[in-house]
Amino acid sequence: MECSFGITGKDYVLLCSDTSAGRSIVRMKSDENKIKSLGPHLAMAYGGEPGDTNNFAEYVERNMRLYHIRNNYPLLPGPASAWIRRTLAESIRSRSPYSVNLLLGGFDTTTSKPHLYWIDYLGTKAVVPYAAHGMGVYVSLSTMDKWWFDGMDKKEGIEVLKKCIDEVQKRLTIRFNFNCILIDADGTHTINIESEDPLADFESKTGSAAQQEGIEVPQPPIDVGVTA
Amino acid sequence: MSRSYDRALTVFSPDGHLFQVEYALEAVRRGTCAVGVRGGSCVVLGVEKKSALQLQDPRTVRKVAMLDDHVCVAFAGLTADGRILIDKARVECQSHRLTVEDPVSIEYITKHIAGIQQKYTQSGGVRPFGISTLVVGFDPNDTIPRLYQTEPSGIYSAWKACAIGRASKTVREFLEKNYTEELSREEAIKLTVKSLLEVVQTGAKNIEISVMERYGVITNLEQSEIEKIVAGIDAEKEAEAERKRQRLAATQAGQASMAMGSQAPSGAQTPAPGAGAGGGEHGEGHATVPGGESGIQ
Repeated sequence: MECSFGITGKDYVLLCSDTSAGRSIVRMKSDENKIKSLGPHLAMAYGGEPGDTNNFAEYVERNMRLYHIRNNYPLLPGPASAWIRRTLAESIRSRSPYSVNLLLGGFDTTTSKPHLYWIDYLGTKAVVPYAAHGMGVYVSLSTMDKWWFDGMDKKEGIEVLKKCIDEVQKRLTIRFNFNCILIDADGTHTINIESEDPLADFESKTGSAAQQEGIEVPQPPIDVGVTA
Repeated sequence: MSRSYDRALTVFSPDGHLFQVEYALEAVRRGTCAVGVRGGSCVVLGVEKKSALQLQDPRTVRKVAMLDDHVCVAFAGLTADGRILIDKARVECQSHRLTVEDPVSIEYITKHIAGIQQKYTQSGGVRPFGISTLVVGFDPNDTIPRLYQTEPSGIYSAWKACAIGRASKTVREFLEKNYTEELSREEAIKLTVKSLLEVVQTGAKNIEISVMERYGVITNLEQSEIEKIVAGIDAEKEAEAERKRQRLAATQAGQASMAMGSQAPSGAQTPAPGAGAGGGEHGEGHATVPGGESGIQ
């Protein structure tokens, strides 16, 4: 019973995930953060078998960090998606596969382009402009088909996201709370999607806002290292 | 006789030596020098770097490496061995975070590095790492700077200030003579540069300095900053030499006056030639005194 969205815009990507955790029809928790920051300009919204999800997300996080420290620059969204997909593809062929679906969003600082990848536990990867996982798939894809267009600014992107959430609240019997981040050239920012005008409080905040609000953003890039 | 004991690594010589480990230490002694100094609230790493060849990209030759956000390491010895050891340590840093959700402490990672080095002195088919390392950083949720050293044998130890590599004995003695507790950032950097200048003849262009000020905050000094510090040290040395020369002149003048004083027994006159030779610098007043006294006696 979960639901996550990803939407790309002109110079940003939005990731949004519900915050419920539970088993079967029982909800244990309604404020679980299911979005993980993987680097200064990379994050993923994940869902699936509880336990697997956390394990896999932390495994990915640490490997992204290791790559960053080894090479002095972070893995770009494209290569990161390939690595994650491959990890899941190898996992499904192992004795103990991870059952994790995820949306990977990132901002490529070298080309200033947003990226969004839809990846599932089978090791399927799709490069998409907008995507959903979980229950939201059934009701929100048509909404995004109708309202999404190329080169949306932040306000328009958030409008589309709000429409999707409204659709979920309207059509699904389950009540969700949502947690949302925006990644742009400046890094990862949290967005309060439930407020009237999410962009207003986003713009009033400084760059380090994400850290204050509990999304762990790795330390600034490391510029000391052996490369020889 | 003893020749056969340095073939297989895991074999002791009759007098209890592992020759391969001692050769590894020799490789360290031939490596470029690295210095670590622990200040009151910061820790400084300084390394001597070989000048890059004319067509080489100097950015690709580094001797200081980050292991994690808060751990930095410098090494002396075989660079290729260093690379492998550093990579193992980096993996351990992330692995530690993955398993216990906490960053490594400096002692933990030092112990891990030393553990790897020890393993390579006791396994078949391998040779020891030809490097010593200086591990610096801050423990999580702590403000005390840390400095550790590891050796090819797998020994590790904590230091206030330490040097490894070429001429490390000279530098360590220099540090022993000049180290004081609770150094400020500037003082610690200066001591590091000064001690490196003991072995680096070519000055600022072959020195690299990294300063860690608190958890996760590390800066590499720009070449121009290092040059400024070196220039400051040179000026200080120059002034010191100048003072010495004057003191010498004063002493000589004092002795000359003593020779004169034996002829004319007037004690009040004796300091006067000394002060004249001093050229009027205020520090000279003291310098003349010993000369003056010797003049009296």
